[in-house]
Amino acid sequence: MIKQFLASSYDWLDARFNLTPLIEFMQHKKVPVHRHSVWYYMGGVTLFLFMVQVFTGILLLLYYQPGTDSAFESVRFIMTKVQFGWLFRSIHSWSANLMIFFIFVHMFSTFFTQAFKKPRELTWISGFALLMLAFGFGFSGYLLPWNELAFFATKVGTDITGALPLIGDMIKTVLRGGEEVTGGTLLRFYAFHVAIIPATFTIVLGIHLLFVQRQGMHEPDYMENLPQEKKKMISFFPNFLLRDALLWLIVLNILLFLAVFFPWEIGQKADTFSSAPQGIRPEWYFMFMFQSLKLLPAHILSIEGEVVGVLFFVVVAIIWLLVPFWELKSPRTKGMRPMTLIGLVGIIFILVMTIIGYLN
Amino acid sequence: MKRRRILNIILSGGLIGWLASVLYPVIAYLKPPKIAEANVSEVKAGDESQFSNNSGSIVKFGRKPVILVRTEAGDFRAFSAVCTHLDCIVQYRKDTKQIWCACHNGTYDLQGRNVSGPPPRPLEPYAVKVVKGEIYISQEKENA
Repeated sequence: MIKQFLASSYDWLDARFNLTPLIEFMQHKKVPVHRHSVWYYMGGVTLFLFMVQVFTGILLLLYYQPGTDSAFESVRFIMTKVQFGWLFRSIHSWSANLMIFFIFVHMFSTFFTQAFKKPRELTWISGFALLMLAFGFGFSGYLLPWNELAFFATKVGTDITGALPLIGDMIKTVLRGGEEVTGGTLLRFYAFHVAIIPATFTIVLGIHLLFVQRQGMHEPDYMENLPQEKKKMISFFPNFLLRDALLWLIVLNILLFLAVFFPWEIGQKADTFSSAPQGIRPEWYFMFMFQSLKLLPAHILSIEGEVVGVLFFVVVAIIWLLVPFWELKSPRTKGMRPMTLIGLVGIIFILVMTIIGYLN
Repeated sequence: MKRRRILNIILSGGLIGWLASVLYPVIAYLKPPKIAEANVSEVKAGDESQFSNNSGSIVKFGRKPVILVRTEAGDFRAFSAVCTHLDCIVQYRKDTKQIWCACHNGTYDLQGRNVSGPPPRPLEPYAVKVVKGEIYISQEKENA
């Protein structure tokens, strides 16, 4: 009965929208199976966590009130009075952090498996844009509960943009909505967090996924040279998608475990006229930049240390964005490609700086 | 052919003009208007007895935070409380008898000079007057 109903519904839609080629495309799409296949799932996990963010974010919107007199109080209200409010807020915070983590895993696995190479240059660039937008999500969302840690992290973070030559001051004023971090900043960050960034992110994500669907999965070098019949493949639909779904379920369980047993703290309400407390720190994914700036001396060759630091990170970001367009082709040293070495140095730098940041 | 070129120029010029007329107001809207601020030149920080020796507190100076330090010897000093490094609010440390910023571990001496850590410039000094046991902080630079 249900089967018949579904079949007739499908026929009805198919007659109008010609769905069959779409289904055939999905069925014909193959995903290569090899020893590095596990990395294919990382983008999917990130996508799943983004969907969790959208869902829990919409729920939080129903009670959250931006404003210096209401933001902190409304988050406290969500966490103490609203049924399951603590759960949804905790999931939102944990899922945000896991999403950034999986973006990093996805990005570095793309880098190390060299999946960014021709013809996937634009997929890498759209992925880089998504990383920047995700940072924007994290940075703007961090301030919304208007607590002490976030207040000072936002002061520092927005002040860093002011160190950029020429346009720095304008960006800083536009971000802060004035000279200082105030209620105006909170309103702006709210608008960024719930409207501007989600809209942009969705569009770029759509383009990113379209590229992936159109080009198919990247195969490692050794596999590309194999004859077609020797390549091991599975169908995207339903095999790969079902495996994806299973992993999503596992991630959801981890997420719920973290949210229930390690609920996200709300902290102290921000006071714009109190000294910065000890242990001010940004979210962990900004820690390596924060720590590097902390270690720089006041002046480097008569330029302010922070300006040098900020310019350094801007240059590194541009080099990283343009990864598909440059490549070091010197011979392997100790069996390692020079590009792999660069990636490893990057990861070690991030890890060391993050660890020092937390130990201090 | 010539007519087509002229039309193209007019149309693309019109398109650029249209884009500019849309983008300019949007960008201008993003820049927050300057809010007129009451020009504070002096504030009363409180009674002398409120501040013990070897202590510091943050005082509102209009919309800016100022740190008022009472040294061990009992002198008063005031500086802008905004760290010159990355805009955090500094605090007085009783143990080291220095002004310290918790954000990036910058320190200033009791003259407001940046002595260690990342701060690139000294803290801006404010003048402190004690009149009949009451403390006044003003914007005039100290001549000391």
